[in-house]
Amino acid sequence: MSEGNNIAIDVKGLTKSFGGREVVHDLSMQVKRGSIYGFLGPNGSGKTTTIRILCGLLTPDSGEGTCLGYDIRRDADKIKRQVGYMTQRFSLYQDLSVRENLEFVARLYGLRDARGAARDMIKRLGLSGREEQLAGELSGGWKQRLALGACTLPSPKLLLLDEPTAGVDPKARRDFWNEIHALAADGLTVLVSTHYMDEAERCHEIAYIAYGHLLVHGTVDEVIAKSALTTYTVTGEDLNGLTAKLTGKPGVDMVAPFGTSLHVSGRDVAALEASIAPWREKSDLHWHPSSPSLEDVFIELMSRSKDNFQ
Amino acid sequence: MSAADHPASTHEIRERFGFWKRSYAMLIKEFIQLKRDRVSFAMIVMLPVMQLLLFGYAINTTPHNLPSAVLLQEDSDLARSILKALENTKYFRFLYEVHDVEDFDNLLKSGKVLFGVEIPRGFERAVRRGDRPALLVAADATDPVAASAAIGSLGMVVQTALKHDLYIGDPPEMPFEIRAHARYNPAAASSLNIVPGLVGTILTMTMLIFTALSVTREVERGTMESLLSMPIKPVEVMFGKIIPYVLVGFVQAFLIIGIGVVLFGVPILGNLFLLAILSTLFISTNLAIGYTISTLVQNQLQAMQMSMMFFLPSILLSGFMFPFAGMPGWAQYVGECLPLTHYLRIVRAIMLKGATMQNLRFDALALAALMLLAMTIAVTRFRRTLD
Repeated sequence: MSEGNNIAIDVKGLTKSFGGREVVHDLSMQVKRGSIYGFLGPNGSGKTTTIRILCGLLTPDSGEGTCLGYDIRRDADKIKRQVGYMTQRFSLYQDLSVRENLEFVARLYGLRDARGAARDMIKRLGLSGREEQLAGELSGGWKQRLALGACTLPSPKLLLLDEPTAGVDPKARRDFWNEIHALAADGLTVLVSTHYMDEAERCHEIAYIAYGHLLVHGTVDEVIAKSALTTYTVTGEDLNGLTAKLTGKPGVDMVAPFGTSLHVSGRDVAALEASIAPWREKSDLHWHPSSPSLEDVFIELMSRSKDNFQ
Repeated sequence: MSAADHPASTHEIRERFGFWKRSYAMLIKEFIQLKRDRVSFAMIVMLPVMQLLLFGYAINTTPHNLPSAVLLQEDSDLARSILKALENTKYFRFLYEVHDVEDFDNLLKSGKVLFGVEIPRGFERAVRRGDRPALLVAADATDPVAASAAIGSLGMVVQTALKHDLYIGDPPEMPFEIRAHARYNPAAASSLNIVPGLVGTILTMTMLIFTALSVTREVERGTMESLLSMPIKPVEVMFGKIIPYVLVGFVQAFLIIGIGVVLFGVPILGNLFLLAILSTLFISTNLAIGYTISTLVQNQLQAMQMSMMFFLPSILLSGFMFPFAGMPGWAQYVGECLPLTHYLRIVRAIMLKGATMQNLRFDALALAALMLLAMTIAVTRFRRTLD
């Protein structure tokens, strides 16, 4: 046991393959206790697999580490008692009511007063009056709240949330994140995977994973600084035509439309400047140097890693 | 990524033969899916082949090698000759030779033999005197098909056999009388045989399906992933899923037996409590097997198909549809591995023959062994991870 140790998750060299395809490659990470750790990356990048390894649902082919001080290979049973895992797909029983679902979880974890615990959770979730409604009939936002409630019911020390807010409206998403911050403030460690940049920015630390490789990690500012990306924002006429012309030019690593503007980014400042020079002076285009957004950084990382690993 | 990468489709849409084209598109899709579903594919081949082989080879309504016993009250040459002649017909195989009426009755009651010949004291002398004594033959008529075929053939085969074998010469008529007694079901009412059999058959079908779908349903609905992430052990999952259906099965058994007694006049000669206990054992065995199936398959369709694969031989090889004794040796071995075979013996013996636990020890033990085997496989096969 890492008593007094400040690290909730500490894994080294995790590797996992399915049918000869490596889904997670030599992944190492550390998550501090009480922090919210964001896990970002494109679909199929190995986020879900990594989370499943951490909670003992998958055994890594190689690599080792601890989760809450327990060995992820040997102590899966102990880890399961103290970890709440919220799956990507709604995984409570659709044909059980809100109350029945919560009581089931409470009994499974051996809570002394399962009924009482479920009742308290219903109150806390704001589901009073709906406790007899079938879980399958709840709206997306309520389902996700209920799922979070079921995860936190046995008072876990670590929450693993796999894309918890996919398909949930912005208001419900915000409430959800407020809840997560409240839980973290109480000392709970949260590892959450997401596709949303605004959610990434609400994490204490983030990691970007693509094609099974953990490419970068740190606070949001650190990640942006590490990218060493130069970005210009262009506004004006015929941005589509400009996109086609700039794509593939030396020094232009990424051209991405953002609403009525275009982000043109590159790591090699000199080459980028040279490539865009012919368009800089056009009167119908306005160029502004800007700092890259987290999304710019990730898309650039993703296209780069594609070249390296595929 | 830009719009330039995605030129608009240049393929025009033609409306001609739209009906056929859309049907064709659907047909191609179905074929591809069928090809991917290995178990369905196997079933397409396995089911007809299995049916054909079972009906063709294993099913034989003319029984042969009927397990038989002889109650010898006199050890004479004539008695030996008659037994030999009976055995030569290939209809009967004498497994037991007893000298006590009680042993003889117990053998029939427990189902160890389906047929018994009783040679009374002073039989040979009576034949020599020309008294035409009676050769007593007792058949277990709980299965009327098996019993009547054997009894029907008895007179003729014995006479032909004895013609060659005996020193009596060529008597104008049988030197002794064969007095056949169809025990337990003298009227050869088929409902007496079928109703207890149906108890087992219906229970097999319903119990298998209940649990065969249980694990795959969790996997398909996505609830398995979160269940596995919680601190529950495979044995606990299994018991939690089996026990509710033991009650369901018990209610079902009660219904079928009740209807059999009230509407079809099937007697319950034996102990009702014993019947309830052993029925519960049988129900649990089937639930365990269904649960095992659900840990082996990928989805609910496969679970249904595998249940069918188990149910079919259960019906054909257990002695429900066709006499067990009529099947060739290999089919009987397969039959012994099916819980229905043992339960049919149990339920028929208790209801129609008034058998006791003493008579049914073997079949009860076989059921328990099959249940433990299924549970062991299920618990070891239950995947605790998603690997």
